[in-house]
Amino acid sequence: MSEAPYDHVPGDTLVAEEGESSGLLVYTIGLALAVLLTATSFWAANTSLLWAPGIALGLAVLAIAQMGVHLVFFLHITSGPDNTNNALALAFGILIVFLVVAGSLWIMADLNHSMMPMPMHMQH
Amino acid sequence: MNIAVAINELRPEALTTAAEEGPAPKRIVVGYGFWIFLLSDIVMFAALFAAYAVLVRATAGGPAGDQLFNQTSVAIETACLLASSYTCGLMSLAVSSRRRGAFYLAAVVTLLLGAAFLFLELREFADMIARGATPQTSAFLSAFFTLVGCHGLHVTVGLIWLVVMMAQVAVKSFRATVVRRLLCFSLFWHALDIVWVALFTVVYLMGIRA
Repeated sequence: MSEAPYDHVPGDTLVAEEGESSGLLVYTIGLALAVLLTATSFWAANTSLLWAPGIALGLAVLAIAQMGVHLVFFLHITSGPDNTNNALALAFGILIVFLVVAGSLWIMADLNHSMMPMPMHMQH
Repeated sequence: MNIAVAINELRPEALTTAAEEGPAPKRIVVGYGFWIFLLSDIVMFAALFAAYAVLVRATAGGPAGDQLFNQTSVAIETACLLASSYTCGLMSLAVSSRRRGAFYLAAVVTLLLGAAFLFLELREFADMIARGATPQTSAFLSAFFTLVGCHGLHVTVGLIWLVVMMAQVAVKSFRATVVRRLLCFSLFWHALDIVWVALFTVVYLMGIRA
């Protein structure tokens, strides 16, 4: 914890407070977790051992977990009081991303559903 | 009553707030501002992702993702970008302890890995276009090239920025302005890797399943 009452910069290496070797350790743990999650994603996409309809959801969960790993270990976003502004900006960003993606998919699926049935040669 | 107890327990120096200390140091203001920019950039990518997800089945009789994507190439691209994100972190460590040799080493490795990523991606695009899968073929391919191409463009800008930063360190050394720009660069590079995580999952891995 720094003595200054200011926020941390996102992506700051924290070397001043925790030392160089600790900074290296944080990046290395992040890399190891990211490699593990990426390898699991590629394995899950190709395996026939898992229940096929659930794989897309599993891939989404793995991707979100890996983004979390990147945010924590590479960008050093924490829930600490010196990170409130960074975390709030991030939360707002996530809200907008969710609204844009989920809203578009929802409204376009709804439009497709209410379209008049088309002759075969006009579809997509 | 409880509030009074809590106040008595606090050390007096802890009561000075940011407001009383005056404006935050420039490094914090710059880093926070760049963080806001990156989040708005990610919102732009969200719009491209939404367009891709809506149009992914609109292949207009052309090839679909599972016929086009080469998983080995995507896996190598992913490895390159993840490793470059790690070496970018090592570069930040070298900058904060002002070690020039380690900085140049990490920057060159980051640059090479980023360039390898870009080379593989362009080769993949060229291969797809040679097989007739151009952006004009279908709405799916338009959305694909816009989304993946926009990320590739960001990587290109990042590589140019990194070369400029290496030149600035060579000429100006680690002065405060240069260190702030290096902080922004590392934020930019890590954010690109986060976008790539969403990209290889949604476009490539879900694409070959469908």
